[in-house]
Parts: sequence; C-alpha cells; structure tokens
Amino acid sequence: MRATASLALGVGAYGMVYGMLATQKGLSLLDCMLMSGVVFAGASQFVVLDLWSHTLPVWTMILTVFVVNLRHVLMGASLRGWLAGVSPAKAYGSLFFMVDESWALSVGDFSRGGRNAAFLLGSGSLLYFAWNLSTVLGATAVSALHDPARWGLDFAFVAAFLVLLVGMFRGREDILPLTVAAAIALLGEHFLPGKWYILLGGLAGGTVEALRHAD
Amino acid sequence: MHTDLSTILAVLGMGAATYLTRVAGLFLSTRIRIGGRGEAFLRGIPGAILIALIAPAVASSGPADALAAGLTVGAAVLSRSLLLSMIVGVAAACLLRGWIGA
Repeated sequence: MRATASLALGVGAYGMVYGMLATQKGLSLLDCMLMSGVVFAGASQFVVLDLWSHTLPVWTMILTVFVVNLRHVLMGASLRGWLAGVSPAKAYGSLFFMVDESWALSVGDFSRGGRNAAFLLGSGSLLYFAWNLSTVLGATAVSALHDPARWGLDFAFVAAFLVLLVGMFRGREDILPLTVAAAIALLGEHFLPGKWYILLGGLAGGTVEALRHAD
Repeated sequence: MHTDLSTILAVLGMGAATYLTRVAGLFLSTRIRIGGRGEAFLRGIPGAILIALIAPAVASSGPADALAAGLTVGAAVLSRSLLLSMIVGVAAACLLRGWIGA
C-alpha cells in the first residue's frame, strides 16, 4: 500500500488541476464532486470538460466518456484469474475502483504471486479518496500546484508504469509483443484522437501473443 | 452548491458508461469459453497496455525526461521497489528539467 500512497500523491496533484480547470469551465463545486465521485476516471473527465457548455450535449458526453474508457474492458478481462475467485458482488464492486493506476498495481502484485483480490479494492479506494479530496481542494482553493510538471509529479505516472513493466518483464519472449504494442500505440496516438492508442496498443500486444500461441 | 437536472443526468450517464467499461471485461471473459489462443491474448494485454500508456510520453520526451526514464528503469531493475524507483524517477525528472531543460 506504500506504493499506492505514492501514486495517490500524483493522482492528487491531477485532481487539484481537474478541480481548477472544471471550475474555470463553469462547473459548480457540486458538479465537480459529482463528476469525480460518480465517474472517477481522470482522462475522460478532462476530455469531457471540452464539451461542457451552456446546454450540455448529454449523449455526446456519454459516448465520449465511454470511448475514452474502453481500455477498461481489456484491463478488467486481464484481472479475470484473480476476480473470478471471489463472489460476484465483491468482484463487481471492486471493479468500480479500477483505474489505470490501481489496475497496474494489481497486475503487478498478481505477477509477483499475490493472490489477494482485495488489493484492487484497497488501492483503488485510496486513489478514489485522493482523487475526490483533491478535486474539492482544486475547485475551492487556488493551488500552488498550478503546474504539476514543475515538481516532476506528471512524471510519477510514467515512472510507475515503467517500474511495473520492468516487474512484469519475463525475458526475450516479451520483446516482440511489447515492441509491436508500443509501435501501434505511437501510431494511434499520432493519427487518432483521444485515448484510442491505449486500447489499440493493448489489442496489438494481445494479438501478437495469440498468433504466436498457434506456432 | 448548485447543479441542474441535465448536469445530473449527464454525470449519471457518464458514470454508468464508465462502470460498464469496468465490468464488461470480467463479465464477458467469465462467460465466453476461452481457448488457448484466447488465454494467450489476455496474457499479452497487461504489458501491452502498460507500454501503450507510456509510449507517447516517453517517445516525445526531451533529454531530461528520457534520462529520468532511464534512471527509473535502472532503479527498478536494481531495487525491485516501486516506491523507491518512483522517488528516483520523479526527483530525477524534477532536477534534470531544471538543469538541462525539458
């Protein structure tokens, strides 16, 4: 959980920025709290701020959020070996708290032999608390953390994902799928809007593994 | 503290759409019979998503961030500690951006 706490700091920095930006876009404090409390998915919350206007394009907003968050489908499927062992209520309850960071930490724990499915709930709910608290702080107070990049906190996410990747790396057999996934993600990021590149990169890596399995 | 009906509907809709993406993977993968190929596919996904998440940031990073990324990986290989490696990475990014520019 110490690892989660350090990620929660990075999440908190972005939550404050979210609260500030959302307030500037005209969301009330209550609107911000509802967004972070109900949706709880940082990237999609930022993206949909662009659509906020006097009359809300409700369906466009819902569809946009859905597409940005489609990567969750793959993430959830990858936790199957873990969550299939607990009751459906616990599994589907825990999945509410699955964000990029809590998923990555859970997968990291899983690959190191951890078998406690409560890990996702524990790390996810701590990040939920950090995200919601910092949203309120950002929406109410003009923060000194106006620019998380100044403190290197934006790098916290890259660092965390790099370390988790190192932990999961099994050897030479992983080089090909990871290279293909990275290449597809870069192409996707360049040519497609939004977060499609994450979904495409994940699908590409999975496809390489599936094709190789037949050999 | 104020809001209106259309905002509440939009937020609830977005929350439902997001929750649907969170549960769909587990729901589908426990109901559809998956063969060896499907298993291999799912096994390949976590690492691929991790590298896809960071590839654009790493590829477009300046010398400071690239060096910080290298130091993070080095710290991870040596220490195997997420927390320690993250502190190394964030501190390196913060300091190197100041020294050699982002």
